[in-house]
Amino acid sequence: MPNWLIEPDFVVERDPDRCIQCEVCVRQCANEAHEFDEELQEVFTDSTRCVGCHRCASLCPTDAISIRPAELEFRPNENWSAQAIRNIYKQSEQGGVLLTGMGNPEPLPIYWDRMLLNASQVTNPSIDPLREPMELLTHIGSKPQRLEFSGGETPQLETTLGPQLELHVPVMFSAMSYGSISYNASEALARAANEVGTYANTGEGGLHEDLRQYAGRMIVQVASGRFGVDVDYLNSGAAVEIKIGQGAKPGIGGHLPGEKVSADISATRMIPEGTDALSPAPHHDIYSIEDLRQLIYAIKEATRYRKPVGVKIAAVHHVAAIASGCVRAGADFVAIDGYRGGTGAAPTMIRNNVGIPIEFALAAVDSRLREEGIRQDAGLIVAGSFRCAADVVKAIALGADACYIGTAALVAMGCHVCQKCYTGRCNWGIATQDPYLTRRLNPNIATRRLVNLLESWAHEIQEIMGGMGINAIESLRGNRDHLRGVNLTDRELNVLGIQMAGE
Amino acid sequence: MATNRTLPFKDMGGCSISGVMDESGRRFSGEEIIRSIRNMHERSNGLGGGFAAYGIFPERADQYCMQLMFDTPEAKRETEALLDERCNVHYAEDIPTRPHEAITDEPLLHRYFVSVEPDKSRPHLDENDLMVELHMEINTTIQDAFVFSAGKNMGCFKGVGFPEDIGEYFRLEEYEAYTWIAHGRFPTNTTGWWGGAHPFSILDWAIVHNGEISSYGINKRYLRNFGYECTLQTDTEVIAYLFDLLIRKHGLPLEVACQAMAPPFWEDIERMPEREQAQAKAIRAVYGGALLNGPFAVVVGSTGRMIGFSDRTKLRPQVCARGGDRLYIASEEAAIRTICPDPDVVWHPDGGEPVVGELQAGVQVA
Repeated sequence: MPNWLIEPDFVVERDPDRCIQCEVCVRQCANEAHEFDEELQEVFTDSTRCVGCHRCASLCPTDAISIRPAELEFRPNENWSAQAIRNIYKQSEQGGVLLTGMGNPEPLPIYWDRMLLNASQVTNPSIDPLREPMELLTHIGSKPQRLEFSGGETPQLETTLGPQLELHVPVMFSAMSYGSISYNASEALARAANEVGTYANTGEGGLHEDLRQYAGRMIVQVASGRFGVDVDYLNSGAAVEIKIGQGAKPGIGGHLPGEKVSADISATRMIPEGTDALSPAPHHDIYSIEDLRQLIYAIKEATRYRKPVGVKIAAVHHVAAIASGCVRAGADFVAIDGYRGGTGAAPTMIRNNVGIPIEFALAAVDSRLREEGIRQDAGLIVAGSFRCAADVVKAIALGADACYIGTAALVAMGCHVCQKCYTGRCNWGIATQDPYLTRRLNPNIATRRLVNLLESWAHEIQEIMGGMGINAIESLRGNRDHLRGVNLTDRELNVLGIQMAGE
Repeated sequence: MATNRTLPFKDMGGCSISGVMDESGRRFSGEEIIRSIRNMHERSNGLGGGFAAYGIFPERADQYCMQLMFDTPEAKRETEALLDERCNVHYAEDIPTRPHEAITDEPLLHRYFVSVEPDKSRPHLDENDLMVELHMEINTTIQDAFVFSAGKNMGCFKGVGFPEDIGEYFRLEEYEAYTWIAHGRFPTNTTGWWGGAHPFSILDWAIVHNGEISSYGINKRYLRNFGYECTLQTDTEVIAYLFDLLIRKHGLPLEVACQAMAPPFWEDIERMPEREQAQAKAIRAVYGGALLNGPFAVVVGSTGRMIGFSDRTKLRPQVCARGGDRLYIASEEAAIRTICPDPDVVWHPDGGEPVVGELQAGVQVA
């Protein structure tokens, strides 16, 4: 039966004067939108299969292809949007949960865009970071409230600091498992983190044997599926992160279909080849906060207290209390993932409707931990859609120690945010395990692009700090005086703990 | 701590500062410091001037001298009721002043010599903690009352006007101190308010400051963790509280406290010997909230000690000199030479490098 209710999202246009029938587009499109007709000796396109990833247009040697949104308009209706109608067509066809990839695309407020930054004028000289030191070095881990020194002529430090992560740029690569992304993408993230002096997070898919050489700059994740977790894995990384939740899908688990579990992934995840990798919604040994404490300390014991052990949670309604509980349970850092956080696959309804904005979650958690006098007990990492250096600066001014980027890193490697990661047919070789597609991503080039991204953001962060007259990032961290709100209600300003522009 | 007043944000400005300490403990009149700060008249704009003097009340050296301003008689009555409840007032008087043509709109100025009894229900708080609590409570809860200073054998004198006029108004030539620090203010966005002039003080710490603290927003939040509320419309306040926190409460040695507030750059830390490096890293990692960023030069007074230091890149001027037993720290060399024409040595300390004057061994100041 034809899918006569499935309408195309895009229209692919081929300029017949330019097209030379070379079939590059046919070979590049894993979605099979382009097809070569042997009889007619001509390439045809099925627009309904196009996901808008631009792979064919980017590689077309004669620029013959253009892609635009399908202009198949429904009668205007603010309530029954085209998306809402088409979702129902899909579900009534197949009877399943709507799936999607990447972060929440809905037109909900982006609060970063409603906060503006300060700069020096007259009373305070701005600083040129090309001529003066401009320090971004950041330490993440539990810190004592005070240091003890022995007396005598030269004071001697008596306090021993717990293990700390040391970041040269306050931006890390967020958890993306080998399985959800290709080996080449994983390798590029690991190598770039080493080169820049930051960290890449393994995600829940274990750590491939060949990537262990980069593990000194990796955070190894322990999630509910416990894939690839053994004592060597825990000890191989710079830190361990217990994943409780993810911003794109708080409260639910994950599912890597068996067809993606190749021999390599099976070895890395420590599961049989071809079996589905199911991550349960909760950890089945964590049903409350005291259980979390046990897992934190089990991992600390296993790693001989040499690694920071943190907890990643999704930003949900009572995030401040939950984060406080994690810190009191012994977490050396807490990572909070906002409702715009990305994913390889999530039910659309969950991704688009569950969780809260990271801006509010961060402001609430930082304030709460300070009120309780435990802010120095743990580092605070935030995730959930950092698009540019200014977003990072604003997050640090609100109180974060560092940010995780996922989507931005994928985009640096070529991702076009087509939201089809869950199909396994990523034409850019990132979110796929198909060897025909994965070899499109050259890990050397991808590494260089990731390094370039972080270095350019670092320069921009330094420029912004210099403008503020601040030369060390610890003076920006939690310094909400350097933020002003626009387009915000009193209540929003209040939760963010910032003043209105003009005040 | 509950507060029923809106807590204002910092103001900004440039300024002049000067400090003189006689390390032999010999006390001298306020005439010299007035002359020194007058020399830098151009650096202030008549919206604030002030002084702190150490060793001025030897006959009541074991009592806290609370110097306060009140905008209304009600505020004075309310404060006195609180003082009667919280401490023993041994003696009280108006702070002596003389009519001065340049000084107008004076508030009520009064001083109280007090002592506090231990609080049996809170034995972990010593008398200094109780005094800090009282100081904070008056400043945050009593409308129109402000504590200028509340330390032993010291006092702050400040107001709206040029500093030399303020000094004459408070008859400082009649006091004798072993340390004097002074400030002339050039605020850029605040109305003239007596409480907003420098020095800022807590217990026997008094700070005069030239500059702007760009890290104020986080310093303020860091201090709030430890019970300090910033109430005085200026960023200078945080320096006073940081000294109190780091040295009195955390027990850090002076050089460590200064290093926490103006630490070496990471590139310099990388070149340090191993043990020193570990120590410097730990200080920066743990005391990031105490780092003072932005351009500043300060002179800090405390019992038996005077400290000068500036931001790590030295974006505000600071000159030091020694002559005989005296240490001089000022914004300009001219302000030193006007009272010490022929110093033994004059030098310009590096950014972040503390210059410390201390009473010579065995000297008793009270």
